[in-house]
Amino acid sequence: MNASTAPVVSSVFIAFQDNEESRPVVDAILADNAQASATYPPGLVKINAPGRLVIRRETIEEQTGQRFNLQQLHVNLVTLSGYIDEDDDEFSLSWEH
Amino acid sequence: MDAPVIKKKLGLKDRYAAMTRGLAWDTTYQPMEKVFPFDQYEGIKIHDWDKWEDPFRLTMDAYWKYQGEKEKKLYAVIEAFAQNNGQLGISDARYVNALKLFIQGVTPLEYYAHRGFAHVGRHFTGAGARVAAQMQSIDELRHYQTETHALSHYNKYFNGLHQPTQWFDRVWYLSVPKSFFEDALSGGPFEFLTAVSFSFEYVLTNLLFVPFMSGAAHNGDMSTVTFGFSAQSDESRHMTLGIECIKFMLEQDPANVPIVQRWIDKWFWRGYRLLTLVAMMQDYMLPKRVMSWKESWEMYVEENGGALFRDLARYGIREPKGWKQACEGKDHISHQAWNTFYNYGAAAPFHTWIPKEDELQWLSEKYPDTFDKYYRPRFEYLREEQKAGRRIYSKTLPMLCNTCQIPLLFTEPGDPTKICHRETEYKGDKYHFCSDGCKDVFEHEPEKYVQSWLPVQQIYQGHCFKPGVDPTAEGFDPLLAVLDWYGMNVGRDNFDFEGSEDQKNFAAWRGDPVPGATAAADQGAQP
Repeated sequence: MNASTAPVVSSVFIAFQDNEESRPVVDAILADNAQASATYPPGLVKINAPGRLVIRRETIEEQTGQRFNLQQLHVNLVTLSGYIDEDDDEFSLSWEH
Repeated sequence: MDAPVIKKKLGLKDRYAAMTRGLAWDTTYQPMEKVFPFDQYEGIKIHDWDKWEDPFRLTMDAYWKYQGEKEKKLYAVIEAFAQNNGQLGISDARYVNALKLFIQGVTPLEYYAHRGFAHVGRHFTGAGARVAAQMQSIDELRHYQTETHALSHYNKYFNGLHQPTQWFDRVWYLSVPKSFFEDALSGGPFEFLTAVSFSFEYVLTNLLFVPFMSGAAHNGDMSTVTFGFSAQSDESRHMTLGIECIKFMLEQDPANVPIVQRWIDKWFWRGYRLLTLVAMMQDYMLPKRVMSWKESWEMYVEENGGALFRDLARYGIREPKGWKQACEGKDHISHQAWNTFYNYGAAAPFHTWIPKEDELQWLSEKYPDTFDKYYRPRFEYLREEQKAGRRIYSKTLPMLCNTCQIPLLFTEPGDPTKICHRETEYKGDKYHFCSDGCKDVFEHEPEKYVQSWLPVQQIYQGHCFKPGVDPTAEGFDPLLAVLDWYGMNVGRDNFDFEGSEDQKNFAAWRGDPVPGATAAADQGAQP
């Protein structure tokens, strides 16, 4: 145990309504973030990741074969934690600055 | 015809800048401080409003587009639920009592939030903050309307849902959420955002909208889970506004740090107390359970809040003052609150009950350190009394905390067998509190909290009877006179779930055996 020296890695999370629109987003997140894991409380899908989590537009588009605007995330978003950085291609959550 | 000019589309960050910057101007006919009289007096120093960033970079055109989509999805579900008699598919009629508390105590807060954000959306001098607050004001109005609309379906079939706005203004326990929000609304704009956007929405609101709504899904209430998640999808943006506002204040001037810290201390504690109602809903009012209040607290407050305050430490912000006590409370407050409501079940427009044996077992498992030791014996005693035809209904009025307005039902830190009670004097009068946290809040702004509208004091002063009622008349029953002024249907809205009209109706509609045939159940409904 060296809890006094190891820096605490804060987790971030994001949750969506568990539905067909969210599925390719969740698949893309799990594909792009090796350390992310999904849980499924009733009605929800909640993805946790240590440190940082990124959502890439291209990965979602590869899943569906359709164009995707990252702001469509708002429709099924339930909650999140961490600081957001968003542009047209990526939406990320982290506690970094 | 000219050849079409192909312009490169602006990226999200540039689009956001183009749509939010340069829209405001400084007034010339009147001095700025007269046009914006509220954003200076709290002492928060702002040097450059352009540093305000909305991390979502949502512009008005995108806002309307996505909000419209959310509404269409939501109404499709609400209508399908109504058309298919969805109320018959819920797990248990006791569940509806959680919805009664929701429409009585949560939905009116959405309307207060709408007003509050409209106000600060007018009064900040920075355009970015104004736009964000205006969007949120519209969101909150949407929440008020969609929640009222969705729950109105239940009002056709169940008691305790017919007078939520009057109850919000008059009923004793609803003064808890009402006074919380009026406290925030009557602060300045920066304090309002710290109170509502940061302390309440960012740090605490997940507890209401995530595990509780997941519980609604688990209990077959498709309508509530859908409005809950639809509201919560806006909440992510609101939480982001909260944290953005905190960072902005802290980065603009080091002199802001102590002011913000005091607000965080105050509003974390105020919000924590308010959520006692949610703790009780989650542990006692969801017949099918998803997770305990304690587990939710650990997941959404301790873990996530811990990450947040570790980050804010770089500005010199520490975790809120009452943090450790609040974390200790996770083992206790839901049980203490349900016990209190069970006792005051004659005076509240929703039903209470003793949890069934398997539910007590679930509580024992989820609260291994406290439930069997402190709380189960009380419920077993109350159950025995009820079985013997002596269902307990307190008719005396409790002492209220002058800050949070909750009856003194919480226990001493470190001693769950002793009620916590604090006092202070101000201008010759004595004031009572449930905790050090609430006493601190009062002592910093006594001139504000001496004006509290405390339901118990108001009843004793004779302000809670209908006009013309004569309290000196022979046989005058003060409790019944107060319930009449509340607008409660005594015998239908209140008392135990056992023997209630809700219980009988639900069983009859579903073709289940109609309860109330046993003597013990009949006695449940008698005060």
